[in-house]
Amino acid sequence: MLTHLGPILAIGLLTVPVVFGLAGTLLPAFGYLPALGGTSFDLEPFRRLFAEPAILMSALMSLATGLVTAAFSLVTVMLFTAAWGGTRMFARIQHLLSPLLSVPHAATAFALAFLIAPSGLIARVLSPELTGWERPPDLLIVHDPLGLSMMAGLIVKEIPFLLLVTLAALPQVKPKRMRALIASMGYGRISGFAFGLWPSIYRQIRLPVFAVIAFATSVVDVAAILGPTTPAPLAVRLVTWMNDPDLSMRFLASAGAILQLGVTALAIAIWIGVEKLGALVRERLACAGCRFRRDRALRLGALAVMLASAGAIFAGIAALALWSVAGLWQYPDVLPARFELRNWMRVLPNLMEPLATTLSVALVSTIIAVVLAILCFAREDQIARPPGRGALTVLYLPLLVPQVAFLFGLQLLFILAGIEATWTALVFAHLVFVLPYAWLSLRDPWRAFDRRYDQIAAGLGKGPMRRFFQIRLPMLARPLLAVAAIGFSVSVGLYLPTVLVGAGRLTTITTEAVALASGGNRRVIGVYAFMQMVLPAAGFAVATIVPALIFRRYRDMHV
Amino acid sequence: MELAEPGLFIDGVTITLEGREIVSLTRKVAPGSVLTVMGPSGVGKSTLLAYIGGFLDPVFSARGRVFVNGTEVTALKPEDRHMGVLFQDPLLFPHMSVGANLMFALPETLRGREARAKRVAQALEGVGLAGLEARDPATLSGGQKARVALARVLASAPRALLLDEPFSKLDADLRAQTRELVFSKARESGLPVLLVTHDAADAEAAGGDIVRIGA
Repeated sequence: MLTHLGPILAIGLLTVPVVFGLAGTLLPAFGYLPALGGTSFDLEPFRRLFAEPAILMSALMSLATGLVTAAFSLVTVMLFTAAWGGTRMFARIQHLLSPLLSVPHAATAFALAFLIAPSGLIARVLSPELTGWERPPDLLIVHDPLGLSMMAGLIVKEIPFLLLVTLAALPQVKPKRMRALIASMGYGRISGFAFGLWPSIYRQIRLPVFAVIAFATSVVDVAAILGPTTPAPLAVRLVTWMNDPDLSMRFLASAGAILQLGVTALAIAIWIGVEKLGALVRERLACAGCRFRRDRALRLGALAVMLASAGAIFAGIAALALWSVAGLWQYPDVLPARFELRNWMRVLPNLMEPLATTLSVALVSTIIAVVLAILCFAREDQIARPPGRGALTVLYLPLLVPQVAFLFGLQLLFILAGIEATWTALVFAHLVFVLPYAWLSLRDPWRAFDRRYDQIAAGLGKGPMRRFFQIRLPMLARPLLAVAAIGFSVSVGLYLPTVLVGAGRLTTITTEAVALASGGNRRVIGVYAFMQMVLPAAGFAVATIVPALIFRRYRDMHV
Repeated sequence: MELAEPGLFIDGVTITLEGREIVSLTRKVAPGSVLTVMGPSGVGKSTLLAYIGGFLDPVFSARGRVFVNGTEVTALKPEDRHMGVLFQDPLLFPHMSVGANLMFALPETLRGREARAKRVAQALEGVGLAGLEARDPATLSGGQKARVALARVLASAPRALLLDEPFSKLDADLRAQTRELVFSKARESGLPVLLVTHDAADAEAAGGDIVRIGA
């Protein structure tokens, strides 16, 4: 009975907020919002929007950010998997994946900023010997007008994500045998992979790639930390308008959100065109039998980019951690002169409330998401039919529609319902984003479970409840906790849903950290950003240690 | 009346996949005897066991009834059928000790911690593994695992045994030994046995009727 509810609740949870949210954005965009005196439909909000200075520049910046981020990350992941798949180096990078994935976007952006800024760690290591800088140079590296830092910040975060989905798709193409077969025909590693394996992998990771484009075209937190300011990318300006005390700005913001929807759709359309072009080129080259045997430089290049992107996050985290305990730290010293806990002591009292909100919202939304995902899979087992492509698109819906486009409307609906800035509304909003990740990461372990255990238990006279709680649940304890850790880290890292639904009254570590970005107090930012990273890491630690302890006596329950 | 006769009665069971017939069978299996269903791999002979056990994949359609000692098990939920299953893998629950695997199988009607522990000890002794209760199943040898699986299924007091190529993964001498043990235990407990196999030696050792399908 309960399992019947699973898919219905999940589909409702993923579609209703998006659909109603979009409607709630669309109406004010055309001037209709009775609560604020808009009772008729007109194009006034759009007229105002296009009268805003440099609005097209902002839109163009968003478009470019999405396409560059997706292309660079995807090509890196493809080349790296092609060149190094099956090697020990590949396995080593794979181990770094979970920690890299668990770092929230905003924390990654801060980490990068602390690394590459003129007064950042890299400049300090090089100065003054190599650069001659005695003082931080007046260079616009962070917030650069072309948005390169912002793109870099997104790329280092999206590479692990795309690598993860590629790894999940990899086993189905039987890479070992295919690689050997193609190599025996004399193809180089990269060309063989691109011609023989990549097309079937790409087909499976297309939705995640679209999700990356959608996210990067409409990102707010990373853009606020690293992005250009004159003008800022579209989504950043929209949120500023949305939070303006002058409520009539909401019409403008809503119209902008519809523009954002168009920008993201255009980016995906352009991407689909590029896909077609790429497939054409690939086919040409493959049919011409081009072997590309000498791909050593490319292979090393892919590895270098991979290592640099992972290294940047880790080094940046180190920089954050250093700043959080730094006393006096003069330029260009590589290390602070003194270490002290004063920053932490000062920040901790203010940290407590956001921390409690972060933890409670993340825990509750994760638990609900995992339970819903389990119910969906249990239902799938009952009807013995895996969901089709449509279901998968529904699952990706909240990740494919730019967040601002439906969150504005959703916030409006929450205000009208009188539940804005309540804990329940926040959990609900987080759930919309946590559920897809919970479902996607539970799919493989759930399907890998040997059904015969279930059949044996049934033969021993055990009903469905006991079979679930005594056999399947403990046997899947490890993957389930890992799924929970992923859901938890997603929730901890959510910025825009928290800002909009929390409306400044409910804050989390992430929203507090991003709010500090403009202030520039590195010690305080260091504390907050470090906390942002510690929470997901703690989640993953718990997910690893708890099953290891519970099942320490049972060898087959170890990894 | 014939349905009330003791033993397993497969009454006109037909299993089809997309209109194609896989198995069609009417047979009686007396208590303590074995009916062997033989056929090459991949013809779907396991679907017969799945249907009787109550876990046939919904992509198949099936009709027909199965009775054990006069009860129509096909009308019951899987967990109420009490069909003891042995697969080619022992499938001991990896998160439970050997003893807990058996405890889990014992009927709820057997009450009291001591009585249950005693029954587990007897069951292990019966398969020549006395005193292994506390062991992690992962530390047992292949033959030991097969015997624990047998003890586990017998401990649940099944109405009949369904064997799905249970010896095929054991090496030759272990296979003969285990086979002998399984059949003698089934005889001892008066259980009707349905064996599905592609190995002629299994069929011969079983000593009962043989049905060939998909040949």
